[in-house]
Amino acid sequence: MLNITVLLFYVFSGVLLMAALMVVTSRNTVHGALFLIVAFFNAAGLFVLAGAEFLAMILVVVYVGAVAVLFLFVVMMLNIDLGEIRQNIKSYSLMGALIGGVLLAELLLMGIGWHTSPEAFDLTTAPMTGLNVSNTQALGNLLYTHYALAFQGAGLILLVAMIGAIVLTLRHREGVRRQKVGDQQARQAKDSLRLVDIPSGSGV
Amino acid sequence: MIISLDHYLIVAALLFAIGSIGIFLNRRNVIVILMSIELILLAVNVNFVAFSQYLGDLVGQVFSLFVLTVAAAEAAIGLAILVVYFRNRGDISVGEIPLMKG
Repeated sequence: MLNITVLLFYVFSGVLLMAALMVVTSRNTVHGALFLIVAFFNAAGLFVLAGAEFLAMILVVVYVGAVAVLFLFVVMMLNIDLGEIRQNIKSYSLMGALIGGVLLAELLLMGIGWHTSPEAFDLTTAPMTGLNVSNTQALGNLLYTHYALAFQGAGLILLVAMIGAIVLTLRHREGVRRQKVGDQQARQAKDSLRLVDIPSGSGV
Repeated sequence: MIISLDHYLIVAALLFAIGSIGIFLNRRNVIVILMSIELILLAVNVNFVAFSQYLGDLVGQVFSLFVLTVAAAEAAIGLAILVVYFRNRGDISVGEIPLMKG
């Protein structure tokens, strides 16, 4: 008998896998980016089913709100010739299917002969059972205490990425007038102002 | 019938395989390759969250958060490099990327 959770799981995972397949195979890159957004939304649904509400919201905010929109911006900014890109997808498809099939077979083989060690449940460092707080609060309690240093490191990674992206894409074009703040600040009155004593009646 | 760990692991494995197929399928379009990498990292996150629920351990979700951070940074840097590459070459094919060597 199907209950609502199982039904939701199959809907979310089915749409997620279909959207992922469309990302990979779609002819138009803009469509690919839009299908990426669909995939992220459904992954967020799976996270909610697994009890990770905070991560689901973060997935929607970060991936859908930032990363997927960044992809869309770049796709629209670059003028890509789609016809040329699609020319020899046939020659790559065999290779791709082969490697993907081998990878999937390996993963499934791993899955068949896999079992949990009974000691694994005693080794949990941050058990969720017995906590009377929401997922978000529990995650915050853990993140700002035990993982504070790693959290700072994550912030540093984002800072480096931001500076790196700005430095990479910044360019000074010829013939474009730019504001030079240093020159403006260094400008003195005696460089730009001249007092002329004009005798009356003679004109300038 | 109940959703077990194996269900999540199978979905994540399929997602991972789709992502890695995508890398080979779109050799001429770096944007789709970056999207495939995002899908692969999403599969990793699904695994982390599924194990976190299975073991009752919150640390999996913490690490999933860090994976998310790195994925966002990687997408930003990758797209910035792509924009510079496109300005220099006029296309985004992978084939000529070794020309970037100094």
